[in-house]
Amino acid sequence: MSSVLAPLPVLLPLLGAAGALLLAHHPRAQRALSLLVLAAVVGVSFTLLFMADAHGATAVAVGGWPVPLGIVLVVDRLSALMLVVASTVALGVLVFAVGQGSADRDEDTPLSIFHPTYLVLVAGVSNAFLAGDLFNLYVGFEILLMASYVLLTLGGTAPRIRGGITYVIVSLTSSLLFLAAIGLVYAATGTVNMADLAVRLADLPEGTQVLLQSMLLIAFGIKAAVFPLSAWLPDSYPTAPAPVTAVFAGLLTKVGVYAIIRTQTLLFPGGALDDLLMWAALATMVIGILGAVAQTDLRRLLSFTLVSHIGYMVFGIALGTTAGLAGAIFYVAHHIAIQTTLFLVAGLVERQGGTTSIDRLGGLARRSPLLAVLFFVPAMNLAGIPPLSGFIGKLGLLQAGVADGGALAYTLVAGGVVTSLLTLVAIARVWTRAFWRPPTQAPVDDTAAAAAAAAGPAGHAPDAAGPADGELSARQVAWRRHARVATAADPDIAPAAGAVRALRPLPRTMVAATAALVAVTVALTGVAGFLYGLADRAAGDAVERTPYVESVFDGPAAGDAR
Amino acid sequence: MTPTVVLPVIIGGLYAAGVYLLLDRSLTRVLLGFLLLGNATNLLLLSAGGAAGLAPILGVSDPEEMNDPLPQALILTAIVITFGVAAFVLAMIHRSWRLVKQEVVGTDEEDRRVAARKGTDADELDPDDLAPGDRPAGHADSLPRGADDDPGELPADDVDLPAGVR
Repeated sequence: MSSVLAPLPVLLPLLGAAGALLLAHHPRAQRALSLLVLAAVVGVSFTLLFMADAHGATAVAVGGWPVPLGIVLVVDRLSALMLVVASTVALGVLVFAVGQGSADRDEDTPLSIFHPTYLVLVAGVSNAFLAGDLFNLYVGFEILLMASYVLLTLGGTAPRIRGGITYVIVSLTSSLLFLAAIGLVYAATGTVNMADLAVRLADLPEGTQVLLQSMLLIAFGIKAAVFPLSAWLPDSYPTAPAPVTAVFAGLLTKVGVYAIIRTQTLLFPGGALDDLLMWAALATMVIGILGAVAQTDLRRLLSFTLVSHIGYMVFGIALGTTAGLAGAIFYVAHHIAIQTTLFLVAGLVERQGGTTSIDRLGGLARRSPLLAVLFFVPAMNLAGIPPLSGFIGKLGLLQAGVADGGALAYTLVAGGVVTSLLTLVAIARVWTRAFWRPPTQAPVDDTAAAAAAAAGPAGHAPDAAGPADGELSARQVAWRRHARVATAADPDIAPAAGAVRALRPLPRTMVAATAALVAVTVALTGVAGFLYGLADRAAGDAVERTPYVESVFDGPAAGDAR
Repeated sequence: MTPTVVLPVIIGGLYAAGVYLLLDRSLTRVLLGFLLLGNATNLLLLSAGGAAGLAPILGVSDPEEMNDPLPQALILTAIVITFGVAAFVLAMIHRSWRLVKQEVVGTDEEDRRVAARKGTDADELDPDDLAPGDRPAGHADSLPRGADDDPGELPADDVDLPAGVR
């Protein structure tokens, strides 16, 4: 059964992407296909999770090749749990993107590339989670990175190209490092199968082991945005369209964290670099959140909190105990959902308020109470206010740190508490300025409009005259539509003409998608007992290692796959 | 079957030159550096397969003297990926040149603005009281009006819709 299901989270989105490309001129059919495919992936992932939880890990030898030679997909509790959270979040973001697309009436724009690329991204993420050998993991990374390059530079505006170039170069460097590490691993052991490596790496000299481990950790650390390898993230993420930033923030860094978990537990369980990881985790948490406190742009602020909270997960991994790992896994699941939701809310804020700068926003709580609730709940969850799931995850990690008892672990516990507090500070600043203060204290609407009105005659002469005289060339119309779509949830450019920025109604589908994800984050709290138990069992498997290795060597469902 | 010193030397040289070029701010040099690094990594994979042997085809060569085929399969995959990404980077460089007449790694203006701010509590600052340079930047409504959204100043580039799509 699982031998049939396991390849589906990779295959379905890839086939769906091909179908979506063919349907490029039929936007409705394309949207329906993408939604259908992702819904199917969510269903398959849930089935895989329940099967993995009930029967333990299973491995599928794709194509029926004998085990250490061919490609192996491994479904254990950890990868199945990651799949479930990732596909659910991806589906929510896709609904949001569909809502945004229809709201912008872009049914005939070149953005028909969005759906195929998005599906390829999901396929890459699934492949990375399921990969049973290092090279397939590399291929999974490349699939998702390639899709992410396209999504990040969608529309090709100047800020996106600038941010995209940084992102692409940094990702390329990390990929090459990973590839070089794979070459060295193969030279040292003669295999790239992770279960095989788990056995063979232990025989290598200690120095070789540390070299290989540190190369892999650096490569994955760049992808996961662990300090000091995190500077690229707040630079490139905020420029992308809201749904793209949201899914990147939720999924891509967590794929890196997942790879770090596998490296530290399955391949190199000795804990040789645990102390170094601890320091990295501390620096990631504290420096990341200090960066967030300094920001005045909502999206950049959220990007910095994203970096900061990666530190919690690395902390749990670096502890090396089952409790620490369980906390990290739970925190990954929680953080995927929460960070994606917050970036979607930022997209709604930008739509509603016309900007994401918290210096310019104001009075959103009065103008749009629903939006305020949608921001408030996940924001408090991120800061770790009881009884929400962020609190449970942080509590688990802190308990694991105290149980470890070392001086360094206690330092990390203190750092975690400070980070949580500073997260609350950063979030509270957003709340008081963007949502809570009366709109009259947010002065920029008027000044911006006045400045624009002053600049208007000169700068906007073609703009103002164009529509009235009907002189806009087809090229200009096309360019405008392009610009509007390319800047996605961009503020209405219209206030330049009028003195008062009209309150734009929020499209229902976008609000519904965001609300659904907020409901998911709250539901995570509701099922936290089950989820934490699951994370604990997954961590137990990972620390024990035998379930993973045995599933590959003893029960390869090779023949069944065909 | 003796190990060769030529491959490690070439690999090292390519890595050194690639890293040097990658650190440059000019995007073309970065791309060249990336290509060198990619080739160095492929050679590394090749040397991971051990000393050179015969082509790994059953019935043609003696299995004892065959080369290890797996690294070659890995290299093929890696070459394809490197090639695709290099093409994409080239397109981005072209796009960057068309848009801003620059092919260097751009500065993150918002980052510079935040870094240059005075040490006051941001909550106390009212954008009205700030010098224009200190005001939030980086998003659409803080860009100079008319610079970006004015079709009249449209750079002659390829943002037009393909005729068939509309």
